[in-house]
Amino acid sequence: MHMRALDYGREGRRLPVDLKGGAVFHCGPIVRKMDDGGWKVVAAGPTTSSRMNSMEPEFIERFGVRAIIGKGGMSKSTVDAMAKHGCVYLAITGGAAVLAAEGIAEVKGVEWLDLGMPEALWIFLARGFGPLTVAIAAHGNSLYDAVDAEVTKNVAEVKKRLGLP
Amino acid sequence: MTKTKLLEDVTVNLLRTASTSLPDDVLAALRKAEAEETSEIARTQLRTILSNVDVADRHSVPMCQDTGLPLFFVTGRCIPRLEEAIRRGVSRATAEIPLRPNVVNPLTRANPGDNLGKGMPHIHFHPTEADYTEITAMPKGAGSENMSFIAMLTPSQGRNGVKAAILKAVVSAGGYPCPPTIVGVGIGGTADEAMLIAKHSLLRRLDLPNPEPDLNALEIELTEALNATGIGPMGLGGRTTVLGVRIEEASTHVASLPVAVCLQCWAARKASARVYKDGRVEYSREGFA
Repeated sequence: MHMRALDYGREGRRLPVDLKGGAVFHCGPIVRKMDDGGWKVVAAGPTTSSRMNSMEPEFIERFGVRAIIGKGGMSKSTVDAMAKHGCVYLAITGGAAVLAAEGIAEVKGVEWLDLGMPEALWIFLARGFGPLTVAIAAHGNSLYDAVDAEVTKNVAEVKKRLGLP
Repeated sequence: MTKTKLLEDVTVNLLRTASTSLPDDVLAALRKAEAEETSEIARTQLRTILSNVDVADRHSVPMCQDTGLPLFFVTGRCIPRLEEAIRRGVSRATAEIPLRPNVVNPLTRANPGDNLGKGMPHIHFHPTEADYTEITAMPKGAGSENMSFIAMLTPSQGRNGVKAAILKAVVSAGGYPCPPTIVGVGIGGTADEAMLIAKHSLLRRLDLPNPEPDLNALEIELTEALNATGIGPMGLGGRTTVLGVRIEEASTHVASLPVAVCLQCWAARKASARVYKDGRVEYSREGFA
């Protein structure tokens, strides 16, 4: 979805949906087509956000999203773009796909299905969606950085414990 | 019912069971982890996982949207047209359960929509003298699989080199493989054998010790060490980074020491079936060992 959206943006084409002020959820959902032509979300946990690292800073800048929902965090350039444009990163529990699906009240539509179900642009109406943890705040504070620092300290201890240099 | 149709049905049943419910030993380990966590963030992740697993099981829907790649380990008697039956089963399972269409061409990314492709389903077959055919489905997602690791050590790096490689693999993976993970380790063989046995090691239940005392001690030592890193559930910090370590060895070349790490996410999905000559089928989520 990201790659095509950026192509549209660079070519001056309008996206099928206005993302300004909205949220992007890094997710390749399982969605079932209903008899009435509508869609029902079966499972919708997050995918690894770092896969979008190279595209996210430009995405945030071009389309004005205010929240990115995913798992695992994102690169420094993305975190910088978040701080610059006022965007947060919300971590949702990886693999908790059924609970996440319960928080999606309605599938308002889908675009770019030619990319395949996991990669299409799904438009969801969320209600009670979560649980969400603010992992990267809009001013750049990152829970992942904090954990990294802790882990680095701990690993030095662990190496001693294992008898490693 | 023809044998092929029976095997096709078995395949669908295995994929449904594996995708919608967790083996008892994995559930027990996750519950224990939740009870032992002291940080609110870590407890929330584990509580959410357990709640999600419960709902998925009750409604028989996949617990994670990444229903993985169709991977199968088969041992025992060789059955004609087994691959054909498994392929049909995977295609049906994709439509019925449903599974997410995950299988694509690696370069063009074309998605046929039925989880069939070149070398997919992946079936590893090891023939034995048993009077049954044992089929294990291990639908494994990309989050964990993308964190696979291999190091071709020199023999002089020895045991410490092996420990260092495993530590490096888990620490650099961080939160990406959806911890708490099960760490599959393959030591020895060739590069591909090491990776294969690392993945195969994930079939042994968490509450069953390694039959070799030396490797068992190493599994316990590494589990404690990896949990001491503090990576925690989802890499958000906490006391449980791994649910266990599983090691398999293979004899190797005098000049080689391959070490492979295959991480299994918390959604450690698998299911097994034994198909007898008379058409009788036994199922087990935890494995027959």
